[in-house]
Amino acid sequence: MNRLDATFARGRKVLVTYLCVGDPGVDESVDLALACVKQGADVLELGVPFSDPTADGPAIARASQRAIAAGGGLVATLRAARAIRAAAPDVGIVLFGYYNPIFVRGEARVAAEAAESGVDALLVVDLPVEESAPLCAAAGAHGIGVIPLLAPTSRAERVAAAKAAAARGPVPFVYYVSVTGVTGSAALDAAEAGLRASQLQAQVGRPVVVGFGIDSREKARAAAAHAGGVVVGTALVRAIEQGKTPAERKASVEKLVRELRAGVDEASA
Amino acid sequence: MNTSQRAGCYGPFGGRFVAETLVPALDELSRAFDSIVRGAPFQSEWRALLATYVGRPTPLFEARNLARAIDPGGTTLGRLWLKREDLCHTGAHKINNALGQVLLAKKMGKTRIIAETGAGQHGVATATACALFGLPCEVYMGSEDVRRQAPNVGRMKLLGAQVRPVESGSRTLKDAMNEAMRDWVTNVATTYYCIGSAAGPHPYPELVATLQAIIGEEARAQILAAQGVLPDAVVACVGGGSNAIGLFRGFMKDDSVALYGVEAAGDGVATGRHAATLGAGRVGVLHGAKSYVLCDDGGQIQEAHSISAGLDYPGVGPEHSWLRETGRATYLSATDDDALAAVALVARTEGILPALETAHAFARVGDVARAVGAKRDGPASVVLGLSGRGDKDLATLLARLGVETAS
Repeated sequence: MNRLDATFARGRKVLVTYLCVGDPGVDESVDLALACVKQGADVLELGVPFSDPTADGPAIARASQRAIAAGGGLVATLRAARAIRAAAPDVGIVLFGYYNPIFVRGEARVAAEAAESGVDALLVVDLPVEESAPLCAAAGAHGIGVIPLLAPTSRAERVAAAKAAAARGPVPFVYYVSVTGVTGSAALDAAEAGLRASQLQAQVGRPVVVGFGIDSREKARAAAAHAGGVVVGTALVRAIEQGKTPAERKASVEKLVRELRAGVDEASA
Repeated sequence: MNTSQRAGCYGPFGGRFVAETLVPALDELSRAFDSIVRGAPFQSEWRALLATYVGRPTPLFEARNLARAIDPGGTTLGRLWLKREDLCHTGAHKINNALGQVLLAKKMGKTRIIAETGAGQHGVATATACALFGLPCEVYMGSEDVRRQAPNVGRMKLLGAQVRPVESGSRTLKDAMNEAMRDWVTNVATTYYCIGSAAGPHPYPELVATLQAIIGEEARAQILAAQGVLPDAVVACVGGGSNAIGLFRGFMKDDSVALYGVEAAGDGVATGRHAATLGAGRVGVLHGAKSYVLCDDGGQIQEAHSISAGLDYPGVGPEHSWLRETGRATYLSATDDDALAAVALVARTEGILPALETAHAFARVGDVARAVGAKRDGPASVVLGLSGRGDKDLATLLARLGVETAS
């Protein structure tokens, strides 16, 4: 059983935390990721910064710019993954980003490097299932999953496509984009998103995590109540943006992850 | 020229690389494209508007003075014909597409239109169509372009559109498109995204090319009426490539007609400050399609550079990538200075002030004639897509060409 399957099989609701690797520096991102693990994150999404993040709101777009300026990118994120894996052998690691950096480097090469770096799955926001077959094949050859996304606009045929993808290769979980919008959108009804995630879970036959717009213990609890888990990204990125020193950034990330863990655990209880 | 079995692909290029949230909207648009745009009622309504509102067919004008200025002996450039899209209502070919897409949006029941714009011509065209059809319109425009294309910003506002300056990235067309996509993903249920070039995710490249094909359709009939034979070459500027693909479509199956696109070389391709995506880029994925892009080894999109806001884009429509790959079309480039010199030459010889975008095509027409003329016995005849007029560029032109306006 791979790490992500094992994570979901443990029975507790899963907390996924996103960091934009390289914001404000690659080494600090490694520290912050390990801090997330220490405070209870089950899965790390390591964001590969991209110059044109069209699915992201202003907070992650700004973080991406800072990260690229600090030397972030696909290679740096793989390096970070290796460092995190060495220190945290059991945490799930998902490489999260846009398609162009992967396409330009070569899908087979990236899949091999990701496996070698301890990455468990890839999530590519601008690669819908119709376009993902080559990457799924390349990743599958190394036992790495590709995470499909579903959205509020996804009707039956999209859900069926995600299910078919899960039948073809490793799909440890499905990411439910809980609002029609970019990351960090404010208008989330967390409880309703969680309910939708639980329906999708039944239809696809894989755990479904809820992402986009979860920024508090209360929303984490409400969203996780019926879903497999929750993803928190923008709230962490904002905490990092607002911290003036490495210590301040680490402290606010730790505090936030602790609260989110508590919310997710309340949903498990 | 949809040569692939895969829907929305041109050989290995094109496709639909977007967030999952947008896929159903693109499916809906594909269905509407097939059932509405290709249908007779839409075609007759749109074409009637093109005739009575846009002023189509646009003339095909023979530029005798310019031809002699470029090739005094007449040994390579025999006849130069200009397809006068600059005479369209709003001043460029962009209105053909905007009118078609906004009419489609209306028929799809969408209640809000968004668009991106570089030079402002597509923004003005979309704002115009929205005024005509009574739909609210918001146009995303990079703040650098807001500055250098100020007259078009004013026009959009007068037409009732909201102009949203975009401060991210290079503050140009690429960033305007990013922001329009973020708006669309947020408001997809009610909003129609009117893309201005033959780029973006499937079905946009084919939709835009279909609407702009009117240019080539008219030009082919006009040139046959005027000179009795097909031209040896057609040439057009290429940013995203909508006016070029529209002109090319008319001659795609005529193997004797060479197709030439001219990209913006900015300060020169060797300087790295350019927008010659096909000439100096690589295959990648930007704004929903696989095509040539300007990006670094890490896959980060690079900023393009051009004096012409409409060509200042690090991507290109996927069909152009396929035409380049198959050799059906040839892509050249012209620098900022080449384009400026061409504007001055065309203005003085023909009394026509072309847009800076279009000027890139003018700058290479002599080279095109030499290339195709070398393969035949006599001088070549060439059709140039005069995609837009230069009024919007006046401030840039006066400053860069050193024209005194004080009396």
